[in-house]
Amino acid sequence: MSFVTQLRRLSLAAATATALGVAGAAQAADTIKVGVLHSLSGTMAISETTLKDTMLMLIDEQNKKGGLLGKKLEAVVVDPASNWPLFAEKARELIEKDKVAAVFGCWTSVSRKSVLPVFEELNSLLFYPVQYEGEESSKNVFYTGAAPNQQAIPAVDYLMDLGVKRWVLAGTDYVYPRTTNKILEAYLKAKGVAAGDIMINYTPFGHSDWQSIVADIKKFGSAGKKTAVVSTINGDANVPFYKELGNQGISAEDIPVVAFSVGEEELSGIDTKPLVGHLAAWNYFMSVENDDNDAFIDAWHKFIKNDKRVTNDPMEAHYIGFNMWVEAVKKAGTTDPGAVGDAIIGVAVPNLSGGLSAMMPNHHITKPVLIGEIQDDGQFQIVSQTPGLVVGDAWSDFLEGSKDLISDWRAPLSCGNYNVKTAKCSGQNY
Amino acid sequence: MLRLLMTLLTLCLISPLYAAEIATGDTTLDAAFEQLLDRNFDVKEQGVAALAASGHPKTGDLLRGILEGELRYLKENSRLVWMRPGADGDHAIDALTGDDYGVFSSRKFKKFAINNTMRGRLRTFAAERELHDPDPAVRLRAVNAMLDDVQPEHAALFSGLLDKEQDPAVREAMSEVVALARLSADDSAQRRHAITEVADSLSPAVRNGLTRLAKNDPDEGVRADAAAALKKIEDKVRLYGHVETLFFGLSAGSVLVLAAIGLAITFGVMGVINMAHGELIMLGAYTTYLMQQLMPDMTGLSIVLSIPAAFIVSGLAGIAIERGIIRFLYGRPLETLLATFGVSLVLQQLVRSAISSQNVPVSNPEFLSGLWQINSVLALTYNRLYIFIFCLLVFAGLYVVLKYTRLGLQVRAVSQNRSMARAMGVRSARVDALTFGLGSGIAGIAGVALSQLTNVGPNLGQSYIVDSFMVVVFGGVGNLWGTLIGGLGLGIANKVMEPWAGAVLAKILVLVFIILFIQKRPRGLFPQKGRAAEG
Repeated sequence: MSFVTQLRRLSLAAATATALGVAGAAQAADTIKVGVLHSLSGTMAISETTLKDTMLMLIDEQNKKGGLLGKKLEAVVVDPASNWPLFAEKARELIEKDKVAAVFGCWTSVSRKSVLPVFEELNSLLFYPVQYEGEESSKNVFYTGAAPNQQAIPAVDYLMDLGVKRWVLAGTDYVYPRTTNKILEAYLKAKGVAAGDIMINYTPFGHSDWQSIVADIKKFGSAGKKTAVVSTINGDANVPFYKELGNQGISAEDIPVVAFSVGEEELSGIDTKPLVGHLAAWNYFMSVENDDNDAFIDAWHKFIKNDKRVTNDPMEAHYIGFNMWVEAVKKAGTTDPGAVGDAIIGVAVPNLSGGLSAMMPNHHITKPVLIGEIQDDGQFQIVSQTPGLVVGDAWSDFLEGSKDLISDWRAPLSCGNYNVKTAKCSGQNY
Repeated sequence: MLRLLMTLLTLCLISPLYAAEIATGDTTLDAAFEQLLDRNFDVKEQGVAALAASGHPKTGDLLRGILEGELRYLKENSRLVWMRPGADGDHAIDALTGDDYGVFSSRKFKKFAINNTMRGRLRTFAAERELHDPDPAVRLRAVNAMLDDVQPEHAALFSGLLDKEQDPAVREAMSEVVALARLSADDSAQRRHAITEVADSLSPAVRNGLTRLAKNDPDEGVRADAAAALKKIEDKVRLYGHVETLFFGLSAGSVLVLAAIGLAITFGVMGVINMAHGELIMLGAYTTYLMQQLMPDMTGLSIVLSIPAAFIVSGLAGIAIERGIIRFLYGRPLETLLATFGVSLVLQQLVRSAISSQNVPVSNPEFLSGLWQINSVLALTYNRLYIFIFCLLVFAGLYVVLKYTRLGLQVRAVSQNRSMARAMGVRSARVDALTFGLGSGIAGIAGVALSQLTNVGPNLGQSYIVDSFMVVVFGGVGNLWGTLIGGLGLGIANKVMEPWAGAVLAKILVLVFIILFIQKRPRGLFPQKGRAAEG
């Protein structure tokens, strides 16, 4: 090989590299960036990694349909590592440095509270896909997961219909279970349940020694009245809890457990035979039978290249949230957060449980509430479904101090916590 | 109203879809099963009732089949079938005629979906039939199933059955039902007699019946009798409650001891602050998982084999850590702490990358599930019972090794006076490696036990490392007995406090207690005495 050919090759390579670089830059200018803010490491990685993959799949599919406003979408994935302050830093990075049009992310309430000031200061949009305790409505956040009245209260109603008279409210010790249980306690008392028929129990994160608590539940349930457990136990503490229930011989017919944090993904790690008949309340189950859901499951299996993977409720919330954002951007003709935030109110897109979910003025959405019984294959048999859609309520009607508040982000009210009694907006943004 | 509308709507929408999916040749059965296929659970319940009333000779089998999910139907020919696994696949056996339709893929077998209410209903229907079953175990199960819902009219039915009954256990259960039914008899003398009959029973049904009488009975004598009987029963229940708490405490303590006992060797005897101890436990748990993957059909055997396997895996990992890192850091506790903390992160990431960042399922073998029902208020779960025994065995084994073997002698010699031991010809470097390996291997065995109780995931070790150090420091560094007594004591203290303080506060109180205790006795429960303690 002569020196000349070598030189020619080198220059050719350089030219190609430049051309590619230019093309890359040109593409970058033509894309709409979407932030994905989910923990890919640390304790929450178990749940949140799936949501990151869901977002990548949704963005990929939208690009196959031709993108948005004539541009391709580009996902910007960051890893806040289950570290709550890092969520705020990463959110700032996404908005200021990457200039994303909207962010989809967070799982725990504490991470949402951590990023909230950032989104309000920089006026960007966050879509939050997980069921939560309510008592919040921010101009910059869209809550696509369930509020307590879209999950907890219908579940309790269902059990009351079955004749449950005694209630165990068991939860992990942090803000979501504590607030939800406060609401449920007020609700049960309003329904005439005596204080002596309600047992409340909190356990630390990752609690593994359930013997005495389960024995207490058993004793509480042997008083001759039908008893049920309402569980806001979070994360992997559920596995030893259900194991202990099975070992102590408590079946779903004796004392059913209805859980708000146990879905298909959580069940995929356990042998579900001893759990058959225990309940969960969600707005979506993988076992819902309709064409949209089948298509979603097929797309998910293809994208993740594993047909054993399950789908779950927060994934559906992202599906709804993302499609709502796409529709709102089309409606507004721009990705400007202010315009999109105004345009998205009233936007309705299909959900996966068969129906249309709409974004309400309080930044919560309408959803059906489904109750399912755990089956031995780790799926849920749907045993009850609300006849229509339930509107998410930001401020619970059962808590003092919150029952007079409403949220309406449309002009002229444009307030997240308007007190109907004093006719004042507290001025606080959330 | 809304519910009714919904029912009607679903009826209109769904029913035609399922028309004529079941054709058994018996029209009553067909109609009942059509209802069972409905989506609406009220209709399904009617189907169960219709099936129970059908009078078909196989009704009992069919009811139980639906209850246990073994009765399916084939879409191909609309027949009710049992799914029986054979060598070449799942065979479809006709539930009524016994014909074998051949092998079908499991997807072709359609299940009858049921909910909790239906399960209860099915169980009662099945129980009523099984009262006449020739097998006493089946009869006993049937009587017990009815115990929760005793009606006054059961008295006559069961007294009739009782005359014919031979089996003592079934007789006892039946007389309880009769007595319970008589608790609501019209005649107050009969009620008082019934109270004396049930006075020895601890079952919740009896207690509820007596409570009802003690509060509401019109006859004062009956009220007094019921209250007296109730008080005696409550006293007994309380006593058994204490026994139960003690057991819970011992079992929680045995988990602590298992987790800490390996550390009692590496930290207690060798003085190495090994932050990767938790991860060595985790490796043991993952070994159990991998053994189960290797032999998926033999859960019981795989657990037993996991014990030596986990000992070897964690032990080798421990020796590698000692040879590769710790031996360069002897006498520098701070650096050891940081280095082993680094190792723990590496090991965690290793299983995340090699296996999965998600928790992995480890199933429980048959002999480790279920409970030992001593009486109706006291029951001990087998997994906890076995783990307690296992803990004692591990402790005894380790004690024997340290006390009566050559290795144990050398370990004690090196830990007491290294230079003197070397002067006597002990190869102290080799002893260090083996001791560390032994401690690590025990941690691996603890992992096998923990895999039966808790989640197996990359973070498993982190939740036990603090507890382990706590037990070793509390029990007295360098003393195995201290670890055993300390661990069991902390477990019991935790469980005694839990009912009134709650799980969160109980744990905090235990930690506060240990802090105060260490202030008073810095060397723990059983301090080491003699010259070794000074060095």
